[in-house]
Amino acid sequence: MEAAERRVISVIVINEASVLSRITDLFSGRGYNITSLTVAPIPESRYSRLTIVTSGSVRVIEQITKQLHKLIPVLKVIEHADLVEKEMALVKFPITENLADISALCSAYNGNIVNVSEEVIITMVADEPKRVDYFLSAIKRFHPKEIVRSGAVALER
Amino acid sequence: MQISGAQMVIEALIAEEVDTIFGYPGGAIMNVYDEIYKQNSFKHILTRHEQAAVHAAEGYSKASGKVGVAMITSGPGFTNAVTGLADAYMDSVPLVVISGQVPMSLIGTDAFQEIDAVGISRSCTKHNYLVTDAADLPRVLKEAFYIARTGRPGPVHVDIPKDVTAQIAKFDYSKEVDIETYKPTTKGNTRQIKKAVDAIKNAKRPLFYLGGGIINSNASEEVRKLVKNTGIPAVETFMARGTLKYDDPLLISMLGMHGSYAANMAMSETDLVIGLGARFDDRVTGKLSEFAKGAKIIHVDIDPASISKLVNADFPIVGDIKHVVKSMLDIAKTTIDKERYTPWLDTIANFNKLHPLSFKEDSEDLKPQWVIKRVGETLGDNANISTDVGQHQMWTAQFYPFSRPRQFISSGGLGTMGFGFPAAVGVKAADPKRISVNFTGDGSILMNIQELMTAVEQKLPVINIILNNNYLGMVRQWQTLFYNKRHSETDLSMQPDFVKLAEAFGGVGYRVSTKEEFDAALKDAIEKNVVAFIDVKVHRLENVMPMVPSGGSLFNMMLEYKEK
Ligand SMILES: Cc1ncc(C[n+]2csc(CCOP(=O)(O)OP(=O)(O)O)c2C)c(N)n1
Repeated sequence: MEAAERRVISVIVINEASVLSRITDLFSGRGYNITSLTVAPIPESRYSRLTIVTSGSVRVIEQITKQLHKLIPVLKVIEHADLVEKEMALVKFPITENLADISALCSAYNGNIVNVSEEVIITMVADEPKRVDYFLSAIKRFHPKEIVRSGAVALER
Repeated sequence: MQISGAQMVIEALIAEEVDTIFGYPGGAIMNVYDEIYKQNSFKHILTRHEQAAVHAAEGYSKASGKVGVAMITSGPGFTNAVTGLADAYMDSVPLVVISGQVPMSLIGTDAFQEIDAVGISRSCTKHNYLVTDAADLPRVLKEAFYIARTGRPGPVHVDIPKDVTAQIAKFDYSKEVDIETYKPTTKGNTRQIKKAVDAIKNAKRPLFYLGGGIINSNASEEVRKLVKNTGIPAVETFMARGTLKYDDPLLISMLGMHGSYAANMAMSETDLVIGLGARFDDRVTGKLSEFAKGAKIIHVDIDPASISKLVNADFPIVGDIKHVVKSMLDIAKTTIDKERYTPWLDTIANFNKLHPLSFKEDSEDLKPQWVIKRVGETLGDNANISTDVGQHQMWTAQFYPFSRPRQFISSGGLGTMGFGFPAAVGVKAADPKRISVNFTGDGSILMNIQELMTAVEQKLPVINIILNNNYLGMVRQWQTLFYNKRHSETDLSMQPDFVKLAEAFGGVGYRVSTKEEFDAALKDAIEKNVVAFIDVKVHRLENVMPMVPSGGSLFNMMLEYKEK
């Protein structure tokens, strides 16, 4: 077996019905891996941009990009090498935890407290996916109640 | 022009110069069928099952090179057609399959005969559409035909809700297609082609590896020339049978699991594979790591994803085979010295002498291979040959003397039992002057036997030759070889009376078990020019040889296996 590598691929597609399922069906049908997938329309255009984080051997990654490109509504497949990559995470903590420490940690990871209610606070960080991993392991001791990650978005430098 | 969605379908088919369609009506597609009733620009052939409608459209397309068209209704009509779509997808057959759908207002409500058709067909079509507004229909239909026939061809599915077929809108069928995101490459990169020809020039033991893409791109003439002008030997895949004429001195025969010893040995000894429109299927390569081990690889294909998918190509060339081979011809003309391949051709001649494709007539029974050879001697180029799936299919590929591309029509990639008969009906519709013969098995023929009615009604005389071994022969062969003769559920001793069956539908049947009887039956069927079943009792335990056991290496063939 060749070694599996993590890869970020951006796909520009025409905004039309079922285009997203074409993409995900391709991955499930051919047994490719999806670590995360984010989609949103590209402002002022008829396109959407998908950012797919995947992994596989060199041959598999090559097949993924070629097969993606074969789909009729796909305009462009960009295999990132030199890129800026960000991911967001929202975390809910009991209000009884040490808010000052949590807040300090958040700012170290480009984030802050975004909502406070009677029982919980919600924090947000936005950073490289690896650093979001670090953040999430660092906050374990504050007993997070719920964590949600956005999946990565990326732009070529 | 303001017309209904249903009328648009008819107008589009006329604009695409479709002369024959295959189909089966139902509630959701009735508006379109009403328009079919009113027109007389094209012929509609009513099959007796939707799977058969799609296979017939495939047969029509494979024989004629045109886009095949099938028309079906929603729900069960569509699900019946899925096998046909999958078959066409695997063999890159250009089709447009139009299905009815429940009205827009009912979509998603589990309505009567509703199924998420585009959801199902997504993985077995080149592209598909759910049309939600009649105003989109002209564009969608235009694109469907264009996508089906260009690039790597394939089936396109268009699903139309019933109310959209009733809706009135403007019909403006453009001549041109412009799909911003779909621009197949046709011309190969000139520098790459030059490099490939240089590699050919320098190789000592080059070998053409000819695939079905050649037939799809109508490039056989060019390929024949290239082979002749370079003097380089060639092997054909199952899908490429007929690219070179059977008696071409440079054709070594088919390669792969049931390829000839010489073809597989040549592939194992070559120092340069020249792959044209072939996709390195596992039935061809055997064990990948041992495939053409010492060779550099030139791979020409219209589909970039086929290149280096399984075997790394040293000279990848994306483009239409016809274009690429033409350019190769121009460059090769002046540069290639045929003499240098003489020792290589001698080696191959030697392989051929050692273990030629053959069979032994050592029993009382008819040998299936004899029957196929006999039909070849009798009909040769005058027949189009289709097959079902199993041993009979492999023997046909091995022993029929194919003279031209599109003469051999079979289900390669999906291996669909039940393909042969409806496909042969479609072939006959496409090429009425030639005799349409379907080699089938006693298992396969029962999978779409209802098409007897279609063939009789439409006066599309197909001669079905049932190589009847009272077994699901190919599975039995594997059970014999790899499951210690445990013949689990493959004994077909219980059979219908095929002669009476043919007669019950208005055809003609023959039961034969000797050479003389076979010759007489074939002659009679040809003279009568009717739908016929020739039920040939053949030796029950004959195996398809030689064979590369699944996952084995090409050079390690099982040459013989005799069974009592
Ligand atoms: C629809 C379908 N079901 C099952 C198979 C698996 N299969 C491949 S060959 C074969 C046996 C075919 O038997 P028959 O048609 O009698 O032909 P023979 O091999 O005896 O020539 C079977 C069951 C298949 N290819 N297609």
